[in-house]
Amino acid sequence: MPRLIRGGRIVDPSSGRDGIFDLLIQDGKIARIEPRIASLPPDTETIEAAEHLVVPGLIDIHTHLREPGYEYKETILSGSRAAAAGGFTGVACMANTDPPNDNHSVTEFIRERAREAGLINVYPVGAVSKELKGESLAEIGAMVDSGIVAVSDDGHPVMNSGLMRTALEYTQIFGIPVISHCEDLGLSRGGQVNEGLASLRTGLAGIPAEAEVSMVARDLLLARLTGGKLHLAHISTARAVEAIRAAKAQGLQVTAETAPHYFTLTEEAVLSFNTGAKVNPPLRSAADREAVQNGLRDGTIDCIASDHAPHSTVEKDLEFSQASSGIVGLETTLSLTLNLVQQGIIPLARAIALLSVNPARVLNLKKGTLAIGADADITIINPNREFVVNPDKFFSLSRNTIFAGLQLKGKAVITLTRGKIIFRE
Amino acid sequence: MTLKSRHLLGLENLTRAEIEYFLDTAGSLKEISSRDIKKVPTLRGKTVINLFFEASTRTRTSFEIAAKRLSADTINISASTSSVTKGETLIDTAKNIEAMRPDLVVIRHPASGAPELLSRWVDLPIINAGDGTHEHPTQGLLDLFTVREKRGKIDGLTLAIIGDITHSRVARSDIYGFQKMGARVRVCGPPTLIPPGIESLGVQKFHRLEPALEGADVVMVLRIQLERQGTPPFPTLREYSKLFGINLERLRRLKPDTLIMHPGPINRGVEISPEAAYGSHSVILDQVENGVAVRMAVLYLLSGRSVDA
Amino acid sequence: MMPKKIIDAEGIERILRRIAHEISERNQGTRNLALVGIPTGGVHLAHRLARIIKEMEGNQVKTGELDTTLYRDDLPLKGPIFRLKRTDIPFDLNDHRVILIDDVLQTGRTIRAALDAITDLGRPKNIQLAVLIDRGGRELPIQADYTGKLVTPTGSEEIEVRLRETDGMDEVIVQEKKPGEKPILTR
Repeated sequence: MPRLIRGGRIVDPSSGRDGIFDLLIQDGKIARIEPRIASLPPDTETIEAAEHLVVPGLIDIHTHLREPGYEYKETILSGSRAAAAGGFTGVACMANTDPPNDNHSVTEFIRERAREAGLINVYPVGAVSKELKGESLAEIGAMVDSGIVAVSDDGHPVMNSGLMRTALEYTQIFGIPVISHCEDLGLSRGGQVNEGLASLRTGLAGIPAEAEVSMVARDLLLARLTGGKLHLAHISTARAVEAIRAAKAQGLQVTAETAPHYFTLTEEAVLSFNTGAKVNPPLRSAADREAVQNGLRDGTIDCIASDHAPHSTVEKDLEFSQASSGIVGLETTLSLTLNLVQQGIIPLARAIALLSVNPARVLNLKKGTLAIGADADITIINPNREFVVNPDKFFSLSRNTIFAGLQLKGKAVITLTRGKIIFRE
Repeated sequence: MTLKSRHLLGLENLTRAEIEYFLDTAGSLKEISSRDIKKVPTLRGKTVINLFFEASTRTRTSFEIAAKRLSADTINISASTSSVTKGETLIDTAKNIEAMRPDLVVIRHPASGAPELLSRWVDLPIINAGDGTHEHPTQGLLDLFTVREKRGKIDGLTLAIIGDITHSRVARSDIYGFQKMGARVRVCGPPTLIPPGIESLGVQKFHRLEPALEGADVVMVLRIQLERQGTPPFPTLREYSKLFGINLERLRRLKPDTLIMHPGPINRGVEISPEAAYGSHSVILDQVENGVAVRMAVLYLLSGRSVDA
Repeated sequence: MMPKKIIDAEGIERILRRIAHEISERNQGTRNLALVGIPTGGVHLAHRLARIIKEMEGNQVKTGELDTTLYRDDLPLKGPIFRLKRTDIPFDLNDHRVILIDDVLQTGRTIRAALDAITDLGRPKNIQLAVLIDRGGRELPIQADYTGKLVTPTGSEEIEVRLRETDGMDEVIVQEKKPGEKPILTR
């Protein structure tokens, strides 16, 4: 049935369009965008979008949906619901499940589950190495046939530079990116918090910024050597941003992402030993946060990704050093990104690009756009909607977020995939 | 005078006035330990749980004696005999104990932040007897008490802390406590054992012992351990002792009224020689004696709401 | 009601002289006597009595201070915790006859606590009690051996003893209790 989204402010970074338009959806595709669509097909359902933003369905390039293996933390169904509530129509999910997604059967299982859920597009990310052990390459080709869009051992770094090089070369057959979790385990060993104010005051072992920067540097060198497609995950440090900026200035094809906690919080959040603030990489210094924000503004960082990492209270209500790392993010990422716009740190169009057309480009998806003929994956945002983050109302099965109780403004109110409403507040 | 918190989790967030309140109260309680009948009825009928997840004879005994001198009942629970070996979490252990209605909990735990976690889950006053590498507030208080007793004041004195600062909860508590009471603090040790950015705490950093000792009024010697995970921070105990050990030769350069302190237990001949540990500068045994008075003060003051009479 | 001075500085001095004479009379002299003051008022009064006795008899009696806070009978958990004062008995209690000195006697609970405290510290030959003001209102069977003045205030009145060592002047006044104000110390 046709659908009209009336009177919303269309912000479509892929085309540069930004203005008040009516948008007509037919057969699951974007049929017309005009200032005023008067003649409508019969049975057209109208969504009034005055005072709202109408943007391409958001894409989260980095999430952990925990299925198979950790269904008590999250399932593909609950993760899909959480994504839809957060305004996402597509998510890429990492391979560190149990069994890990290092072979095509697990890839197919994930896609099947996503089909059953029938809500969002789930793009599985396959493992770089068998069992994520970082020793030998997984059967990437078979997984590509089953539908992976990228490879990553995320959760773990690929410490073996020889293997990383091979991965960057091999994946060129398929044109898919290697998403790199940059962490030198020798430098981060035993660390719980940022090495700096956090480790000094809490006495917990610190992870120096160099644990990330040294691996970013290595990966950039290997990307240049191989010509492979490198995407750097969850960038948290100033010097990593500098290195990426310099590499891009020299023409290297590399992309990078960061997560909302790195542009919103600093290491001060762990001083009270609140495990809700325990993440890997850890929350960093104020200077690092500022550099990440600058990187989002000037294009050094291409994407914002939630790094949605659900954990149950069994894993989080423990001594800080025993607690698992991770924050759930699908239902707060958009609002935290809009918070940057409200603070004047990035313009609105850039914010939307970081969450739609850019991740789509990295993963080579024909998504993240409101072009005529594109799939009607659309997110309608109320930019003035004020709310308090309440984990008890989350669609996610997990509640582990340091942002509980935070007052935010701006929220997805309707999410559509192929013209079908998958979330309505 | 009212204490802001019903717990004693660390010295970092105490005011100078609160620290002085603990020290003054310890001063009033010290004489009880010199009586024939070393007991007052003040905490009669109260139960103090010593929850020690890390072995410690010295601190636990000190807390036990302190509680008993105030007529409280004490129960000692140690990790090896507790349900923790059966996989019970800290929170569940504590909630089970809470259900038996004790009045105060003293906890020592290998994880930094464990007492803070406990204070959020259990409705009892929590006393931190040492958490990981974070803080050891009663040790800090008894160190302050000892210096104040011997030197009459702490303002304007210079304290030099020697050893593994990075892994020392005693160092952190001493840094916070002595600074709040007006002392200047120095730390000294190999760069591999001093946290980067320590100067941001207002502390002077030394990598050679002699300049650190120059003009110091109090020398706090920390126990050194070689066995740690990862790359050893110095090659041998012998080399450490040569560079940082408080021995007879270094004793000679100290001012006559300089105090030598150590939280114990000492590694004889490594970080401190027997002459230094038992010589005229040493107040190590006074620290132990004062530990009981200080812990009595902490138990007394945290057993209720403080008011002035 | 305006605060009313019922005893002035000279009045207090006369009372102390009289009590010093009574103590000497009843104890056949002041040999082996020790004056133990209960902080803070009692301590100052003990020192003054010792001075008077020295003038009278040439004998310097021992003095000490005894904080009763730790022996209070009203220390429930989560109740108020009182700041401790000093206990300093620089002599052997077993060899002395002890006279407890306090400024005001009311319920008798402070003295009960003092008796328990002394018992933990030693076994004096006997224990006597001297107070400047007895304002009645006993809750325990305790009486003073030497009383400066018996005063019976009404239920809404309060007696305050001010001593120059702490308050800058010597006087005993009666005043209206402030409404809603509960006395923290029950003597």
